[in-house]
Amino acid sequence: MMASSYNAKEEDANHPGAANHAGVVKSKKPDNTAFKQQRLPAWQPILTAGTVLPAFFVIGLIFIPIGIGLYVTSNNIKEFEIDYTGANIDNPCYNCAKNFSWNSTAQCSCIVPFTLEQPFESNVFMYYGLSNFYQNHRRYVKSRDDSQLNGDRSALTSPSKECEPYRTGEGSPIAPCGAIANSLFNDTLQLYHIDSNGTFNEIPLVKKGIAWWTDKHVKFRNPGGNNNLTVAFQGTSKPVNWRKPVFELDPEDPENNGFINEDFIVWMRTAALPTFRKLYRIIQKKPSTTPTLPSGKYVLNVTYNYPVLSFDGRKRMILSTISWMGGKNPFLGIAYITVGSICFFLGVVLLIIHHKYDNRNNSADIPN
Amino acid sequence: MARDSEEDPKAAKRQRKRKQKENKTRTVHANILYDHAKGEENPNRHYSNNKIKTTKYTVLSFLPKNLFEQFHRFANVYFVFIALLNFVPVVNAFQPELALAPVVFILSVTAIKDLWEDYRRHRSDTEINHMDCLVYCRVERRYVEKFWKEVRVGDFIRLRCNEILPADVLLLSSSDPDRLCHIETATLDGETNLKQRQVVRSFLDLDCDFDPLKYNGIIECEKPNNDLNRFRGYILHRSGRRDALYKENLLLRGCTIRNTEEAVGIIIYAGHETKAMLNNNGPRYKRSKLERQMNVHVFWCVIILLVMCLFTAIGHGLWMFQYGDKRPVFDVLSPEGTDLSPVMTAVYLFLTMIIVFQVLIPISLFVSIEIVKICQVFFIHQDLDLYDEETDSHLQCRALNITEDLGQMQYIFSDKTGTLTENKMVFRRCTVAGVEYSHDANAKRLAMYQEMDSEEEECPSRGGTLPRRDSVGSHQSAKVVLRSQSTKSHRRTGSRAEAKRASILSKHTAFSSPMEKDITPDPQLLDKVNECGSQMDFMRFHKQPMSQLPSDLADVLDFFIALTICNTVVVSSPNQPRQKVRMRFELKSPVKTIEDFIKRFTPSRLTSGSNSSSSSSLVTNRSSTRGCSSVLSSPSAESTLTKLDEEQSMQHAFSPVPPQYDGKACSAAEGELRYEAESPDEAALVYAARAYKCSLVGRLPDQVTVELPHLGKLSFELLHTLGFDSNRKRMSVVVRHPLTDQITVYTKGADSAIMDLIRPPDTANSKGKRQKKIFSRTQYFLNLYAADGLRTLCIAKKEQYACWLQRHLEAETAIQGREELLFESALRLETNLQLLGATGIEDRLQDGVAETIASLRQAGLQIWVLTGDKQETAVNIAYACKLLDPEEEILTLNADSQEACALLLDESLHYIQAKFLCSSSDHTTTKSFHSNIGLVIDGRTLAYALDQSLEEKFLAVAQSCRAVLCCRSTPLQKSMVVKLVRNKLKVMTLAIGDGANDVSMIQVADVGVGISGQEGMQAVMASDFALPRFRYLQKLLLVHGHWCYSRLANMILYFFYKNAMFVALIFWYQFYCGFSGSAMVDQWYLIFFNLMFSAFPQLITGTLDKDVSAETLQQLPQLYVNGQNSEEYKPYMFWMNMIDAFYQSLVCFFIPYFTWMNWLCICFSISLFFTVALCYNASCPTCYSPSNPYWSMQRLLQDPMFYLLCVITPAAALLPRYFYRACQGTLFPSPVQVGRQLDKLPYETRRNILSLSGVKAGSPLGPKPHFLSLGKTSFSNKKQQQMSGPVLHTDSEKELPSADKDTLPYTKDAAPPASKDCLDQTLDASSWITSTPLLSPSDGIQFPPDGGSFCVKYSRNSEERLKSDQSS
Repeated sequence: MMASSYNAKEEDANHPGAANHAGVVKSKKPDNTAFKQQRLPAWQPILTAGTVLPAFFVIGLIFIPIGIGLYVTSNNIKEFEIDYTGANIDNPCYNCAKNFSWNSTAQCSCIVPFTLEQPFESNVFMYYGLSNFYQNHRRYVKSRDDSQLNGDRSALTSPSKECEPYRTGEGSPIAPCGAIANSLFNDTLQLYHIDSNGTFNEIPLVKKGIAWWTDKHVKFRNPGGNNNLTVAFQGTSKPVNWRKPVFELDPEDPENNGFINEDFIVWMRTAALPTFRKLYRIIQKKPSTTPTLPSGKYVLNVTYNYPVLSFDGRKRMILSTISWMGGKNPFLGIAYITVGSICFFLGVVLLIIHHKYDNRNNSADIPN
Repeated sequence: MARDSEEDPKAAKRQRKRKQKENKTRTVHANILYDHAKGEENPNRHYSNNKIKTTKYTVLSFLPKNLFEQFHRFANVYFVFIALLNFVPVVNAFQPELALAPVVFILSVTAIKDLWEDYRRHRSDTEINHMDCLVYCRVERRYVEKFWKEVRVGDFIRLRCNEILPADVLLLSSSDPDRLCHIETATLDGETNLKQRQVVRSFLDLDCDFDPLKYNGIIECEKPNNDLNRFRGYILHRSGRRDALYKENLLLRGCTIRNTEEAVGIIIYAGHETKAMLNNNGPRYKRSKLERQMNVHVFWCVIILLVMCLFTAIGHGLWMFQYGDKRPVFDVLSPEGTDLSPVMTAVYLFLTMIIVFQVLIPISLFVSIEIVKICQVFFIHQDLDLYDEETDSHLQCRALNITEDLGQMQYIFSDKTGTLTENKMVFRRCTVAGVEYSHDANAKRLAMYQEMDSEEEECPSRGGTLPRRDSVGSHQSAKVVLRSQSTKSHRRTGSRAEAKRASILSKHTAFSSPMEKDITPDPQLLDKVNECGSQMDFMRFHKQPMSQLPSDLADVLDFFIALTICNTVVVSSPNQPRQKVRMRFELKSPVKTIEDFIKRFTPSRLTSGSNSSSSSSLVTNRSSTRGCSSVLSSPSAESTLTKLDEEQSMQHAFSPVPPQYDGKACSAAEGELRYEAESPDEAALVYAARAYKCSLVGRLPDQVTVELPHLGKLSFELLHTLGFDSNRKRMSVVVRHPLTDQITVYTKGADSAIMDLIRPPDTANSKGKRQKKIFSRTQYFLNLYAADGLRTLCIAKKEQYACWLQRHLEAETAIQGREELLFESALRLETNLQLLGATGIEDRLQDGVAETIASLRQAGLQIWVLTGDKQETAVNIAYACKLLDPEEEILTLNADSQEACALLLDESLHYIQAKFLCSSSDHTTTKSFHSNIGLVIDGRTLAYALDQSLEEKFLAVAQSCRAVLCCRSTPLQKSMVVKLVRNKLKVMTLAIGDGANDVSMIQVADVGVGISGQEGMQAVMASDFALPRFRYLQKLLLVHGHWCYSRLANMILYFFYKNAMFVALIFWYQFYCGFSGSAMVDQWYLIFFNLMFSAFPQLITGTLDKDVSAETLQQLPQLYVNGQNSEEYKPYMFWMNMIDAFYQSLVCFFIPYFTWMNWLCICFSISLFFTVALCYNASCPTCYSPSNPYWSMQRLLQDPMFYLLCVITPAAALLPRYFYRACQGTLFPSPVQVGRQLDKLPYETRRNILSLSGVKAGSPLGPKPHFLSLGKTSFSNKKQQQMSGPVLHTDSEKELPSADKDTLPYTKDAAPPASKDCLDQTLDASSWITSTPLLSPSDGIQFPPDGGSFCVKYSRNSEERLKSDQSS
C-alpha cells in the first residue's frame, strides 16, 4: 500500500508556459439531481395511535360485512358427505373393506343408503374424499414421469428414474409409471334415487369436464394420438395395482381413454393435504324446474376396489353445490368477521390510548 | 507484501549460518563493484528489491485463492454443502443442478467484485513501480533512468529537486554547499515543513562532485525496522576508517527532495523493507459491527434450522413407525426398492430437511448486502454536500463493506495538523515590552479573507486575467505573482478562485499563501519601528553609541531582530522554487546588493549574462556538469558572477534604498523572497517581521542578513545556534550585532519555558521596576492569547555570553555524552533572560471544525485528538476547536518514568472517582459518565501508559474524561491508542488523519478516514473513506452513517423475517405431509424465493429508505445515538421478528388451510411474483417435476376465493405488528420517530423547535449531562494543594477584562442574578485552566480549583427554564 502515487511528472508542470488553465479539467462535481442527492419524494408513515387508528376502524368496518356475506353464502351452499370406508361393523361396506386387498381379483360392492334432507338445486358436484392419505408425501409426489404422460414415445418405453420402484414391471416399462399412478383411486360410485314408489332411479353422472382443460388437452396426451391405444401402449405393462391396462380405462370413449382419462388426470394432480376431496362426477341440472337432487332417499352403490384401512384411511362421498366462492366454507366468513372485530376492538383501544397519551404536538417538541 | 518480506528472512537465514554477526545487521556493498558478477557474487542479492506488490492474487492463483477466501465465510461453505447434498439421491429434495445455481451465482458475483478490487490495487502498484529515477550505471558511467522497481539495494541514485525518494537512501552527496539535503516528509508524518539531512560525515569534506566509482565503503546498518526515527550503522572505508551513520543521514522512501538541487545516495533498504512500507501494517479485513451481529444471528438461524430438521426427522420416524409393516400406497420405497427402517428414513429425512429449509439461512442476504452497500457508496459519492469545489474532489469510499459502521461510531481519533487545522500559521497579535499591539487591521484583513471565501462566486477572476510573470513594475501584478505561489495545499486561505489558480500554478511551497504573508502592521508599532530605525540611522551617522536608544524603542528593535534571526528559516526566491538565496557579504561592511532583485528574475543558473531587466531572456539550463569550485558551491559562485555583472548597471538605481514608508510597495519588492522553515510558526513570525520591514534576506551558516528600516541590510554574525528541542522548548541564537558589535543571545520559545528563565528584576531601580512591569503585563497578555487559542511564543534576549562560550566549546568537542553536555550548556546560556515580548500566532482551523466537533459531541461521540505536535500547540488548538472547554478541568499527564506514570494515573483515577463519588448522588446514570474533564497526555507518558500494566488505568482515566488530547505521539503510538480503545472498551472507533503518520491509526480503527488532497496520498490510500475537509465528517456520520445503518439494519431484519416466515410455512406443512419433507411450494419458487422473488423490496429498502430527513439528522445530532446503541438492530429484535414470522406463517398457512380444504394446487400469497409465476406456469407442461405447476397459477387467479384470501391473510398476519408499532409510537416513541415527526412539520415550526432543542444539547437523547454536586469545593481545594504545588499565575488574572467574559459560553444576560457568584468563579477557573498547559511540565498532576460545578449546575437550571418556557 505504498502510497506515493502522485505523479512525479506533475512536479515539473511548473515550468513557465506549462501553466494549464483551470476549466480544462472536467469537474467531478456530482449532479444535483433529486435521485442522486436522495431527495426523491418519500412517504414515511409514522405509526402512532393517531395515524393507525382510522386504518383499524376502516379495516374492521370493511371486514365484518365481507365476513357476514361470506358466511351467508357459505351457508347457502348445500353439502352432503357420507363415509363408506367400512371401518365399523355397522357400515354396509364393512365386509368389503375387511376382505379386500390390492391383489384380490374378485369384485366387491356394497350399497350405502342415505337421505338428503334438502333438495340440491343447481349443478351438483360429486366428490370422493380420502382422509389420512398422504398424497403429498415427498417421494410419492415425485414418483411420476410427466413426459410419459405427455405422450412422449421414448419416455413411454424408458420412464424416468423418478418412477422407481414403479418403473418397470415384468421386464417391461410400466405405463403410466410411478407411485401416484399406481395408487389410482378405482372405486366406482353410482348414485340412485329412491322415489316414492321405491324404485331405484339411477342418476346420470357426467364424467366429462372434471379435469382442468389444460391438463386434458395440453399436459396429458396419449402416445401416437388417440387412435388404437392398444398398439400405442404395446410393450408396456400396467401398473402393479391396476386391474386393467391404461388403454382400457374407458373403452367406450376414446376421448377419455388412456392418459387423457379424466379420472386419471384428476388423481394425478396430487392433493396438498392428507385429507382431500377430488371431483368425481358432475350431476347436471335438469332443464326442468325440478331440483337436480330432490330431497329424499338415495343409495350409493360402491364397487369397492380401493383399500384404505391398512393405513387408517377413510373414504367419503361428497355431494355439494357450489357458489361463486366455491364449495362450502364457513371458516373464511368467520375469519373475516373475527379479524374485523379484532381490528375494530383494537381501534377502540388505540382511540383510548390516543386520547390519553398522544398529545402529539407536545411530544414532538421535546425529543424524548 | 507479506511474501516479499518473508523472503528476506529466509535469505538471511542462509547467511546466518556463515556469519553470526549477520544476525543484527545488514551489510550493504555498492552494486557497481559487482555488476560483472551477474548477481551471484553480489552480497546484496538477498535483500528485497524495490518492487512493491500489494495485490492479493495473481492470474493463476485467483480462482483457488479467491474460492478459498470465500469459503472462509461460513455461509458459503454451508450453501455449497447443501448444494452437494442435493446430489445424493437418497436425500435430495430438488434437482441437483437447480440447487447449485444460487451458490454459483453468489460465488461468482463476489469473485468478480474481488477481482475488480485487486485489479485496482495492481494498477496503483504498477504506477508506483514504474516511476522513474536516476540510477548510476557502471557500464555507461553515468546516471541512467530506471523504473523504481528496478532499483536495488546498493545502487547509487541521484535525486533531483522535487523528486520523490524511491527507497531508503543513505545520503552521500548533496549539491548544497553545507552538504545538507532538505526533504519534505509530508507523506511520512504529515509535516509540510522541511527537514534537513546531512551527508555522511566522511563525505562531508569532499570538495567536488561525488563519484560513485571511487566509492569503496561497506555499510553496516540495522536490519530493516519500522522505526522512522532511528537509524544506526557505520560505514567502513577501505582505509579501515569507520564513520558512524545516524538517522540524519538517511532519506526515507516517500519523502520529497526540496530546496536541494541534487543529491546522491546509496540505497540501503528497498521495496517492502523500507521504513515507510514497514510502517504500513497490512490492511485489516474490516467487517462491520452490524455484520458481526448479523453473523451471530445467522448462527442462531442454523440452530433453529437444526432444531426444526430434527423435529421433522423424529416426526417422520414416528409417522413411519405407526404404519409398521403395512406399507401404505403413498409411502414409496427407495429407488432401489429396499425397505428402509423408520430410523434410517429419519436420518435421511434430516438431511433432506436441511435442504428444504435452507432458505432460513438467507443466501441472498450476503449478496444483497453487498449490492446495497455498493448503492449506498454510490449515493455517498454523489452527495453534493460532500463535494469540495476548490479541490474538485468529493468524498471517496474506498472500503465498500463498512458503510453502516459510519452510523455506529463511538470514538473518533483525530489527527490535528492538517486535519483539524489548515496547518498554516497566521500572525495575529504581539506584545512588546508590555505593550499590546492588537493588530486590529490585521484581524480585519483576516476576516475579509474569510468573507471573500463566502462570496467567491462574485469575483471569480480577480487578478486572474493579469499576466502572471512578465511585468513586475506594477504593484498589482506583483501581488499576483505573490499570490500565485501559494500551494495546492493551501486551500481556503485566500479566496477560492485564487486558491484554485494557485494550485495550478505552483505545487511545492510550504506556506506562502497571501493570508500568511500579507500582514497588516499595527500602525502604532510600525511607527515605533520606523522611529527606532531612523534614530539608529541617525546615531550611526553621528557615530553615537547605540546604547543611548530609549529602552522601549530598543526593545522593539530587539524584538524584531529576534523574530527575524532566531529561527532556522531558509530564504528562497519564488521564481526558482526551493532554491536557497545565497548572499555572502563581507562581514561588517553592509553592502547593499541587488542580489534579491536579480534572483527574482533568475532561474537556477544563469549561463549567459542576461539582462535582468527583461524577463524574457530567461534561459534555463539544467546541465549537470559542474566543476569543483573551491570556496563556494556552484550556484552561489555563478550568482556572484552575475552579481558582479549586474551591480554595474543596477547599483545606481537601487543602492541607496530610500526609506520607504509605503509598506505595500516595500512588500511588493520584498515579496519575492519566500521563507521556508522547519516549523510553520517560525515562518509566520518572519513574515510578520517583514511586514514591519525587518526582513530576513539571507541566511548562511555563519551569518544572517537582515534588512531594517532606515538602516538597510545588516549582517549579523551568527556565533551559535542552539536548536529547538522539545525538552527545552526554546531555541537561541547568539549573534554579534553589526552596529554595536555587541554579542547578544536571542531566545524564542514556549512561554512556559521562557518565563521561568527571566532574570528576576532588581526592584531597586527604575529599570528593574520596568522589567517587573513588563513581566507581569506580558504574562497577562499571554494568558489572553492562550484563551483565544493562539499559539504563544516568548521572545527574550541576554547580553552576557563570553564566559559561557568557553564551556560550550568544551562541550561541543566532547566525545562522551556530547548531547547531554550540549544540553546542559544550552541550559546554562538560557538563563537570566530579559523579556522582550510575546507573539500570538494562529494555526488556522479549517472551516467548521468547532461546529463539527460540537455536533459530533452532541451525537454522543467521544473525540480524542492524537497529534505529533507539541503540547502547548495541541492544547491551544484544542481550545480553539472547542475540543477543550475553558470551563473544563484539565488533567495534564507528563511523566518521566513508568513509576511516575503509574502514580499519576492512580492519582487522577482517585481524583475522578472522588469527584464522582461526591456527585453521584446528584445524577442517576453513573454508568457512562463523561465529566467536564479534559485529559492531556504527552507522547512519552503515553508510551508508559500504553504499557500492559498501566493500560487499564489509563483507559479508566481517559474514559471518564470528556476530551483526550495526546501530544507528541508517534504514528505507532497513535495506532496503539486506537487499538487499545477498540479492543478493551469494545467500542466502534473512527480514525481521521491526513498524513502518512496517521496511516497505521487509520488502518487499526474500525473506520479510517483520510483527508484527501492535503498531504500526499498515504492516508487516503490506507483509509476507508477519504474526505476533502474535516467538517464533512459531520454529514458523513450523522446523515449517511445514520441512513446506511438504519437501512441496512432494517434490511437484514427484513431478510431474516421473510425467510423465517417462509420456512415456517413449509414447516407447518410438514405436519400435514407426514413429515416427509415435501413442500407445498414448488422447488423453483423455493430456491429463487430468496434470490429473486423477494429480493427487490429489501434492496430498495437498503438503498433508498430514508427514515429521517438529512436536515433533521444534522440539526439533531442526538439521533445518532440510535446507531451507536445499535437500536435498529438488537438481538431482541431478531427474536421478535422470528416470533412474528412464525406467527404470520401460521396465519398464512392455516387461514387458507381451514378455508380451502379442497384446494388442488399450491397456495401462493406472495404477490410479487405473479408475473413470473404466470410465465413460468405457462412455459412448459412437462418440465419441473415433481409438482408440475402447469397452469395452476392461471387457474388460481380465476378463483375469487384466492383474492379474498389474499386480503384477509395479510391483514390478520400483520395485525399484531402494527398494533405494537402504533402503541409504541404513541407511548414510547424512539428519538428517530420523533425525528420523523419533526420532518412532517412545516418548515417554520420545525426551525423553532430545533432551535429550542439545540440549546439543550445533550438532553435525554444524548449522553446525559452530568451534574456535579456543590459540596465538594473544600475537598478539591485540599486535593489541589496536596498535589499541585506549582500552581502559578492564579492570582494575577483576577482582573480579567470584562470583554473576555463574553467569550464564555454563558453570557451575562443569560445568567440569573443569583448565580453571579458562580459566573465569577468560573472565570477564575477558566483562566486558571487555560494557563495550565503553559506551565512547565512537572511530574505533578495539576488540578484546577473547583468552580466549574456551579456553572454546570446553572446550565441545568437554564435548561429547566427552557423546558418550562416550552410547556407554557
